[in-house]
Amino acid sequence: MNIVVAIKHIPSIADDLPVKGNNVDFDSVDFVLNEFDEQSIEQAVLVKEAVGGTVTVVGVDLIGELDNVLHLALAKGADKAVKVTADEPGADSHQQAKWLAEAIKGMSPDIVFAGVQASNDLDGQIGPMIAAYLDMPYIGGVSSVEAAEGTAIVTKEFAGGNAGKYSVSLPIVVGVQAAPKPPRYAPVSKVRQVAQTATIEKISPSADGAGAGLSMKKMAPPVVTGHAEMFTGSSKEVAAKIVELLKSKGLA
Amino acid sequence: MGNDVFVITEHMDGKFSDVSFEMVGKAKELAPALGGQTVAVVLGSGLSANVFASDSTIYVDDANLAQFNPEAYGKVIEALVKEKSPRLVMFGWTATGMDLAAWLSARTGKPCVAYAKDLCIENNTLIVNSQVYGGKMIAEVAPEGDMAIVAVLAGSFPAEAGQGSTTATQAASPVALDGLKIKFVEAIKPAGGDVDITAQTKLVSIGRGIGGKENVELAEELAEKLGATVSASRPVVDAGWLPRTRQVGKSGLKVKPKLYLMLGISGAPEHLEGMKSAELIIAVNTDKKAPIFNVAHYGATADLFEVAEAMLELL
Repeated sequence: MNIVVAIKHIPSIADDLPVKGNNVDFDSVDFVLNEFDEQSIEQAVLVKEAVGGTVTVVGVDLIGELDNVLHLALAKGADKAVKVTADEPGADSHQQAKWLAEAIKGMSPDIVFAGVQASNDLDGQIGPMIAAYLDMPYIGGVSSVEAAEGTAIVTKEFAGGNAGKYSVSLPIVVGVQAAPKPPRYAPVSKVRQVAQTATIEKISPSADGAGAGLSMKKMAPPVVTGHAEMFTGSSKEVAAKIVELLKSKGLA
Repeated sequence: MGNDVFVITEHMDGKFSDVSFEMVGKAKELAPALGGQTVAVVLGSGLSANVFASDSTIYVDDANLAQFNPEAYGKVIEALVKEKSPRLVMFGWTATGMDLAAWLSARTGKPCVAYAKDLCIENNTLIVNSQVYGGKMIAEVAPEGDMAIVAVLAGSFPAEAGQGSTTATQAASPVALDGLKIKFVEAIKPAGGDVDITAQTKLVSIGRGIGGKENVELAEELAEKLGATVSASRPVVDAGWLPRTRQVGKSGLKVKPKLYLMLGISGAPEHLEGMKSAELIIAVNTDKKAPIFNVAHYGATADLFEVAEAMLELL
């Protein structure tokens, strides 16, 4: 089975996001793999382990640092890694989806996996857009995939613990909410070894534009309308204040 | 091109979700400013669709639409939108709307704004506020062109304003729905057997900050001392540290306990959807700019392990 995983390298939200003009200052933030892509890589490798095939991971190299992420994916069980060398840190989802769709088209995939969402999906997620550009169906919010020749059974999650089971004809694009198992761990030694030996295929981005059509007015932290009353002091003092509060409200 | 606001409603087991009414209510504010009407769009089978306060309701009744099917729903919505040319199409940023909004945008070439928290009309221009980067930033954007697609976070507007009794106009599907590549097989109901976190009066809720499965025990000890139950945000469940029955948030359960004590949860919009109505919210997090501190009643920038251990000694 020909399995493709489309990934997104996104600004890390572990730290504050600096602003330049009316957008994030992409030159001064760290980029990390979208957390849902870790789930989708795991799901892809699980399908390969169940039915055989190859897993190709493909992403847009926005800042010239995608190799680290691709090496990690290879160490976790992906077979091939491809990057679209764009060098455009602020490329939106539409543009990335367009480039990725063009890269994926020639791979004749049976299943394309993508993370269900990313925190910077201002203009929507790449998964449904890749599906639209490739004229394939899309199903997202998926938490399990059992593939067979030409078909798959997928479980899609809804709110409140509800889910639905769907039968799909391949090829299809699947937005992964969570893999059935926690993403596997790749030891640093293995990632280093992969980094020394792996070949990453490079694809130049086509000139074909697909702008999001959004005029950015402003990017700023939320205007705070309310804020928690903060307990200060040492951890012990904080604990004492919380316990006192709970006791005063009859909750402890 | 038209000026109407289409609201793509959603339902499960014959019941429309709150976000549908929330969007209709908001659309009623926006439509007059755009010079159009509010149109609720219902896709399903055998539904009572006369429940919205919209100017009109289009109800496409087809057996293939009885349960949500992203392929069938996408085809019908694309055909309706191409035929009627609304100015604005609103989806919920939900398990269903997330399958459709960006797809429709790529299919039609019209702009899409996800994670939308608010919409308004300024000088005849539609402005959308989007809560991106896990709630750490608000992007203010103006979608260009004659049609915009907006996917709205649940809980952004009051639902009451969208509730009404407008008679739905039933229509056959505008496109053939045979030969679908995606077929609904069966519904899976929530797993039983575990405690029901929606029925608990006190929850100790843990997030990514708990660090590993081996640390869940500390939260369990604290919960036991407080007569509470342990719940969690999505990353904890995805990592396999707690079962999915304990997940609070958009893809988990909505809770409204008397006490929601949060350890190491930053407060992404998806989590807030599930717990913001709790009566007393206390958050402990090491990131002093974590969005949760804008929602919690009390908070502390502190090490959750030290705080939890100190609380155990005092209880």
